[in-house]
Amino acid sequence: MAMSASLSRHGRIGTAMLYLLLATPAVRAWMEATMTGHMLLQIPLLAAIGVMSCHLLPERLQNSLLAAAGGAIPCVLLATFASSYWMLPRALDGALTNPLNEMAKFLSLPLLVGLPLGLAWKRLRIIGRSFVWTNAISMLAVLGWLYIIAPVRVCNNYLVDQQEIAGWWMVKLALLLFACWLGSFFVGGDPVPAESGGPQPYGGNRSQSNPT
Amino acid sequence: MKNAGRSVVATVLMTILGIGALWHSTDGLAAFTAEAARRAEILRAPRPLPAAVLEDQDGRTFSLQDYRGKLLAVEFIYTRCMTICRTLGIAFRQIRDHVPQPMLGSDFALLSISFDTARDDTPSLKAYGDAHGADSRHWRIARVRNAADLQQLLDAFGIVVIPDGLGGFEHNAAIHLLDRDGKLALISDIDEPVLFAERIAKWP
Repeated sequence: MAMSASLSRHGRIGTAMLYLLLATPAVRAWMEATMTGHMLLQIPLLAAIGVMSCHLLPERLQNSLLAAAGGAIPCVLLATFASSYWMLPRALDGALTNPLNEMAKFLSLPLLVGLPLGLAWKRLRIIGRSFVWTNAISMLAVLGWLYIIAPVRVCNNYLVDQQEIAGWWMVKLALLLFACWLGSFFVGGDPVPAESGGPQPYGGNRSQSNPT
Repeated sequence: MKNAGRSVVATVLMTILGIGALWHSTDGLAAFTAEAARRAEILRAPRPLPAAVLEDQDGRTFSLQDYRGKLLAVEFIYTRCMTICRTLGIAFRQIRDHVPQPMLGSDFALLSISFDTARDDTPSLKAYGDAHGADSRHWRIARVRNAADLQQLLDAFGIVVIPDGLGGFEHNAAIHLLDRDGKLALISDIDEPVLFAERIAKWP
């Protein structure tokens, strides 16, 4: 018990530190200097901070947030729509030219992408998780391909060769994610809730922290 | 059962909100890039421009507001540019040659503005103008006199200039039209100069 408390304390500090680090002008400038750094490093890290924060929330709060949101499916949809927005070239340009958009990016990626995904993940069964995986993989691959073949410069703030580089990284990342996803079927990194057991793999924990 | 109902409602709501938000943020799935958004925005609401002191290839000073009452085509260039600015120069020449000739000077003029204030002096502007056939009357090549005014002007037009790492620049290249009130009213692709000239001829 003491160990898990100190772990979660470390987790909280670590997550907060990572967030603050990403928000420092120097790190922001470095990551946003290239389209690849902006799209494939900063944006995913901000979303990952949301997932990490979700796991640091007390179990009871997680459950009530999920219930308030109407369950796992609306959460996945929210994350899908919000992440799609940040894949738009004009959203990248907006974040670079308008500080308000930059703030919106730093708030929305953890809160509207990472957090809902973290909340929904353990309630998702194999089909739901596969939807999230394939959605991410196909979005990356299609977007990457579009960036590679785009006949015009899509971001006013990035050189035209940046988009081809970013495009190839997206395709590579999509392949890597696909391999990981495939691998997860054989190895099973995450405990997928059993089909028959209902959506409550953490039922024991829950009843402890949520006496009724 | 109550939970399932809530989930369905939330799912429907989220779908509508999500599609609505993406629809709104792409101008109805029409503008995925900042450049497309800039062009769409100008069409909806022509934009007033700041008064910057400009200096042409003959050293004469003037401002955009001096062209009030006429239509004015504006492009942004830097004279050392070997790629897109050449295309812009050629496009401008084609526009000049395709508009009804009586309009030239009386109702329509062309202006190339350099954003490389530091390096484009009067002789460089002159050389660029001569190379592209700009006559310095109907078609002037100009620089912004004060570097401070330049950024304001670029921002008003929505032009983003970034160093290309090879001593030059990359910038969103387009042909801009200022209406007779001096407002930015149309932004057009550089590869459609003839179409642009036809629009000038028919401009109300």
